[in-house]
Amino acid sequence: MMSIGLNHYLILAGLMFVSGLLTIMLKRNAIGILMGVELILNAANVNLVAFNHFSYAGTAGQPALDGQIFAVFVIVLAAAEAAVALAIFLNFYNNFQTIDVERAQNLKG
Amino acid sequence: MPVAVDANLVQTVLFYVFALMTAGAAIGVVISRNIVRMAVFLLFTLTGVAGLYFLLDAEFLAAVQLVVYAGGTLILIIFGVMLTSKSPFSRFEPKLPEVIVATSFSVVLFVALVMGIVHRPTTTEPPAVGSGYPIERFGQALLGDYLVPFEVASVLLLVVMIGAAYLAKRRESDMPVQELTEAPKRAKSWS
Repeated sequence: MMSIGLNHYLILAGLMFVSGLLTIMLKRNAIGILMGVELILNAANVNLVAFNHFSYAGTAGQPALDGQIFAVFVIVLAAAEAAVALAIFLNFYNNFQTIDVERAQNLKG
Repeated sequence: MPVAVDANLVQTVLFYVFALMTAGAAIGVVISRNIVRMAVFLLFTLTGVAGLYFLLDAEFLAAVQLVVYAGGTLILIIFGVMLTSKSPFSRFEPKLPEVIVATSFSVVLFVALVMGIVHRPTTTEPPAVGSGYPIERFGQALLGDYLVPFEVASVLLLVVMIGAAYLAKRRESDMPVQELTEAPKRAKSWS
């Protein structure tokens, strides 16, 4: 049986990325768009950790950690981004009584 | 050596289980039209990614993924769903041309990605070094080489906390008047 290599993880992350992109493009619910962003960030995280595990041998005989630390920072940024985005959506909902992003047209010329 | 083959087989099977869960749920997020169902699919995706982190010898990251993403961010998103929809089953349909354009673009992009991954210049992959790592090294790296980003991240979290609380706060002028006047009456009628 073929053992699992870097390519498997990269293809899976590519599928997650495309799903997130498609979610962002197709959903009109602002919170759905936020979910697509989370999917894309997770795909990037899988890539980081997989490259860390397979491609980088580390120094002094110890396994590398840099990719995992990058991934931790990405998780922190994603949490912060979700909090701010939800606050903005709540404000939007209070002003427009809907969460449909097509209705956010105040700045349209 | 039968033991090594066994471990490899277990790894392979576990990878396919978690990968199927992750990919299926990610596609479910796209296909599902109900925002609550999308949130549930997202939960499965995040859990599957945590399992993949376990397979990649990143146990700490898997725990962080489960606690912060599945436990924190997703709950936040579900709160957002509850607060912003009059009925949790309300839906907005995309137009058909949008679906066609977006789907074909995504399929082309995915095929290009897979071709790029399969035909990438193969370097000599070193065997995965060591199984597992001491958690101390993670902490030392976080407070050593990565001290500045770590501190900036903590400041960022403080700023985000204050900013989100300010943004989400209901303005005085938006506050419905009857809420303020009705509450004491109700309290009296109970007593």
